[in-house]
Amino acid sequence: MSATTKRLAGHEAIRVKGWLAAHKWLILRRLSQVMFLLVFLVGPWFGIWWVTGTLAGSRTFGVLPLTDPLVLLQSLVAGHLPELTAIVGALIVMAVYAVIGGRVFCSWVCPINPVTDGAHWLHDRLGFSKGWQPKRSTRLWILGAVLAVSAVTGTIAWEVVNPVTILHRGLVYGMGFAWALVGAVFLFDLVVARRGWCGHVCPVGAFYGLIGTKSLLRVSAVNRSACNDCMDCFAVCPESQVIPAALRGRDGASPLILSSDCTNCGRCIDVCAVDVFAFTHRCDTYVKNDEQLADKAA
Amino acid sequence: MPASGQPISPQRRRFLTETARMAGGCVVAGSALAYLVNDARGLPAEALRPPGALPEADFLAACIRCGLCVRDCPYDTLSLAELGVDGPATGTPFFTARQVPCEMCEDVPCVAACPTGALDPSLTNIDDARMGTAVLVDQENCLNLLGLRCDVCYRVCPVIDEAITLELSHNVRSGHHAIFAPVVHADHCTGCGMCEKSCVLPEAAIKVLPVRLARGRSADHYRKGWEEKDARGAPVVEGIIDLPDRLPGPGTDNLTAPGGFEPALKLPGVKP
Ligand code: SF4
Ligand code: SF4
Ligand code: SF4
Ligand code: SF4
Repeated sequence: MSATTKRLAGHEAIRVKGWLAAHKWLILRRLSQVMFLLVFLVGPWFGIWWVTGTLAGSRTFGVLPLTDPLVLLQSLVAGHLPELTAIVGALIVMAVYAVIGGRVFCSWVCPINPVTDGAHWLHDRLGFSKGWQPKRSTRLWILGAVLAVSAVTGTIAWEVVNPVTILHRGLVYGMGFAWALVGAVFLFDLVVARRGWCGHVCPVGAFYGLIGTKSLLRVSAVNRSACNDCMDCFAVCPESQVIPAALRGRDGASPLILSSDCTNCGRCIDVCAVDVFAFTHRCDTYVKNDEQLADKAA
Repeated sequence: MPASGQPISPQRRRFLTETARMAGGCVVAGSALAYLVNDARGLPAEALRPPGALPEADFLAACIRCGLCVRDCPYDTLSLAELGVDGPATGTPFFTARQVPCEMCEDVPCVAACPTGALDPSLTNIDDARMGTAVLVDQENCLNLLGLRCDVCYRVCPVIDEAITLELSHNVRSGHHAIFAPVVHADHCTGCGMCEKSCVLPEAAIKVLPVRLARGRSADHYRKGWEEKDARGAPVVEGIIDLPDRLPGPGTDNLTAPGGFEPALKLPGVKP
């Protein structure tokens, strides 16, 4: 796409499907993010204690414990054997994300996601260059380093800097200078590295990705034969490296986006004017009119 | 280069440099993180951990900073440390006695709320809590030590007459009054902070300090002879003869003391 024809992704989809349909999953996702904040906030704000605690650990309706599995894993390698309540909480969280996709946490729950999405939105409009693009495996290395530091120092190391829990805890219990940290993440994504934090650095996302390697809920390029190469899905996808294999379907490759990097955000479904993508489960390899795709390739 | 003398294939070279680069980056980033972690260890002396908190080093490995203890404290004693504002490690629970002390709830709801065991669930009797130890740090300004009857710290103590007592002594200044000194007994003091909170002075004369600052430690081999003797009901070492004590004053053989007398037996070369 040359600079003169450059326009914002999703333009065509809005024209064809209408604004609402072209933003369906995005709107649902923002609602989910707001909802996950509100359930924690109605307690301190209005005294409605459905959910108590933070994303690191919480108690719902006085009984259901939930624990962030990465925080608990750090606690384990730091040498503390947690009480059963926290362990059960972490197992429940892992079980849920193992089914719906680990990085669903990133796009539907995490309070940092709106921040980095905002940075990306501005980044696009300002036409900044990609900037520093470390390998996707960087976050796995950082995850390893975090666990190593936890083990060596005997503390839950990442919690000292983790913007995810610090922002969430800040909103629920009091911000302090957490804004500065959140601002730093925003600036990092805006000027240093496009999609830098969630896409390359954050070990929390990396860990949830590992949980969801075999997740049931997946996006499929069912209608890939209709793809007109507008590249809008690549432009909006926070992990665009996951798309080509499923979309291009070389050598009859599965239409399912099986990479655990995919956050199941559904934005590719939104912005596609010809409705190539849809949510489905990982055993559904059905492809519409695949012969046409083969013809096209020929 | 392999021993065979063949050059490393480009892919392999790329893989190796890439791995080396990542590992190097991780060492740098990991060291920075370790530095921050160590920096976050320092717990200010005024910041007290909730009842049952594990020793600080273990606590930082255990507490996931969820704040459930904070929410279940009925007196809003506890709060989570805010980034860059409060001294303790970010997000960990603490309280400041002079602001809101711990009311020593009988059912210890904070400990019951903790999902991780960072607050030790074996603490079921709040009297066993050791959040710190009260110390009468300013003996010059304490009203009781000036000879007045303030007694506030003593009266508010939930473990009154065990954790804190009033010890009588003669008031030398006035010559005919008593001084009622507040004395803390660390064996019973829970460190709840009620005394510090209630001290009527603009700056409390009695303060709860972390146990490490408040207390010394006796050497392991020290024994208190008088206790050993009482426990045994007999002298600790057999065959010791109790000689008469030579005290100054009348009745002693010390000539220089008033009422002293000349010793009956004079050893050659020994001056009295
Ligand atoms: S492939 Fe689609 S659902 Fe997955 S992260 Fe990219 S845009 Fe979101
Ligand atoms: S014992 Fe009661 S007052 Fe003290 S910290 Fe726990 S809940 Fe709060
Ligand atoms: S409830 Fe336990 S784990 Fe949670 S903040 Fe309090 S001490 Fe930490
Ligand atoms: S801190 Fe003060 S009030 Fe609390 S138990 Fe100790 S002496 Fe008593």
